[in-house]
Amino acid sequence: MLDFLKDIPILRYIIKQIPLAEGTEKATKWIQEKFAFLFDPIKEHFGNVMDFVSGDVLANIPPVLFILIVAVIAFFVSGKKIGLAVFSIVGLWFVYNQGLWEALMSTVTLVILASLLSVIIGVPVGILMAKSKIANTIFTPILDFMQTMPAFVYLIPAVAFFGIGMVPGVFASLIFATPPTVRFTNLGIRQVSNDLVEASDSFGATGSQKLFKVELPMAKSTIMAGINQTVMLALSMVVIASMIGAPGLGSQVLSSLQRASVGTGFVAGVGIVILAIIIDRITQNMNKSKE
Amino acid sequence: MAVVEAKNLSKIFGKNIGQSIKMLDQGMTKEEILKKTGNTVGVNRASFSVEEGEIFVIMGLSGSGKSTLVRLVNRLIDPSEGSILIDGKELATLDKKALRQVRREKLGMVFQQFALFPHRTILQNAAFGLEVQGVDKEEREKRAEESLKMVGLGDYIHQKPGQLSGGMQQRVGLARALANDPKVLLMDEAFSALDPLIRKEMQDELIDLQATMKKTIIFITHDLDEALRIGDRIALMKDGVIVQIGTPEEILMNPANDYVEKFVEDVDRSKILTASHIMKRPETINIEKHGPRAALERMRKEGISSILVVDGNRRLQGYVTADDASEARKKEVSNIKEILKTDILKVAPETSMQEIFPMIYDTPVPLAVVEESGRLNGIIVRGAVLAALANDGEVNMDA
Repeated sequence: MLDFLKDIPILRYIIKQIPLAEGTEKATKWIQEKFAFLFDPIKEHFGNVMDFVSGDVLANIPPVLFILIVAVIAFFVSGKKIGLAVFSIVGLWFVYNQGLWEALMSTVTLVILASLLSVIIGVPVGILMAKSKIANTIFTPILDFMQTMPAFVYLIPAVAFFGIGMVPGVFASLIFATPPTVRFTNLGIRQVSNDLVEASDSFGATGSQKLFKVELPMAKSTIMAGINQTVMLALSMVVIASMIGAPGLGSQVLSSLQRASVGTGFVAGVGIVILAIIIDRITQNMNKSKE
Repeated sequence: MAVVEAKNLSKIFGKNIGQSIKMLDQGMTKEEILKKTGNTVGVNRASFSVEEGEIFVIMGLSGSGKSTLVRLVNRLIDPSEGSILIDGKELATLDKKALRQVRREKLGMVFQQFALFPHRTILQNAAFGLEVQGVDKEEREKRAEESLKMVGLGDYIHQKPGQLSGGMQQRVGLARALANDPKVLLMDEAFSALDPLIRKEMQDELIDLQATMKKTIIFITHDLDEALRIGDRIALMKDGVIVQIGTPEEILMNPANDYVEKFVEDVDRSKILTASHIMKRPETINIEKHGPRAALERMRKEGISSILVVDGNRRLQGYVTADDASEARKKEVSNIKEILKTDILKVAPETSMQEIFPMIYDTPVPLAVVEESGRLNGIIVRGAVLAALANDGEVNMDA
């Protein structure tokens, strides 16, 4: 329709398709080759760590003990109420009963590691954004990008950099799950009332004293809400990450999908739901009980 | 020496400050500058000095720049121009570290909305200033506790601020500021968020505390009654400009311009004026030297029906009436003590007129104004009370 515009020499370049796809591919390849010295050891060591956590540590904890530990934690964080503890026992027993225990342990490993890394990276970035206007301007669009880009897209470079398995799964989860922690940390610190900031300044507090004695404690519940979101997003990546070979409940769902077997798919799905509820309630209650 | 001294202090909020400063120097008003540049003048070339141990009140309505001014004193807000001296040391040009040091050692601040840290206990709140100075835990908690006891909160130290009433929270705010033992106390509308009864109680307590602490206090308020009650001197602000600085009496009696006059016209004078403002020089006789005859003579000369009797040190002994004196003369009584009456009402020089009102109508003889030592300062006659209320210039401001 707009072909006639091609006759105008300058416009020809404007109308021509921009080679973004090729560019991205080249860039990814370039990064993959040039930074192989970085990615390979990460893949190897981090992979070993995760195998150790899920294969050696978690797998060697007897399921009964694991269930009990979770129940005790649930009991204490929910203010010594019995409800969540009972749900944890029944829910986890169900997963064990369905023969999904090993898959559950893999999933827990993936979620915990991805969340931990998200928090380690996200909180400092959030603080930086709250303190610096420039950092805020730079990171805001990046966060928007990270959250709105369909999660599947991260899988492609993840595989390119880290091959298949748990490591690229964590990498993709990290990108997808970090933004809430960053945003909530930023928000929480900005929301600290100006009065309190002035009070701390007026007594001659240094920047870090102000941060650790006033701003972070005041922002704690907001940050915890962000961390809760991050954990839930990491969990939601479980199925997607299974497409690049991350083991766990997600891969059970995926294989059921491939074989069109409704039953096993449903069971694995319920397993994810149970894990999600337990993690969500425990992290939420941690926030409440400390208020 | 002045503890706090501001010279030509200005603060302009907005862009291109230099141009606005020039406009200020040309004498343009806040409104004109806002219209021309879009910048807001917070404080316009304010100069004042606060002496050691003084309560200096900065008063103005909202938007008058008083809160900005107090934040210029500890540089929570950086001045656009001018200088601020604390103990003779320029604050405006200090680097961050030196500024922190001055804040830690010399300046304490109390906030309108208390600004307590809700996640810390009362004790931890009060110890905050010492904590950031790196005072060790035992020492700082001891000092914070002393400070809390001083404001009457010794029993609440392990509670959180949220569990306390507004008045108690502000006591914590005060204790927190006092715990560092700062030379200067900045109080930004410290009592404005409290209800009237508590507010009055806190004002009294501040005055009591000040009698022993002798801090230099800069107190911000929008409440004229409060300013008159606690201020040794008052600076009145309007549109970022200090319109008048003076003692409460000076502000009331000699308003610098229409604005101040309008501000103070609703003040209940009877609360502000004291016995010493309206007393007159008394006619007296000396109990050791004068007899009834001399007393009668003096009364006739002055055209009065009674006269006060003092001793050699001008301590009030009583009074004699003209009737008694002439009776005594007839009976050849020579000692004035025999006709001395002592049922005279005495008031202290600082008694407010409000308290004087009911007394003056119950007594046939004037009220005697007597110092604590018993020394007679003056007398108050009924006419002077009415005159002072009407403000017809009869008030003796030299007292």
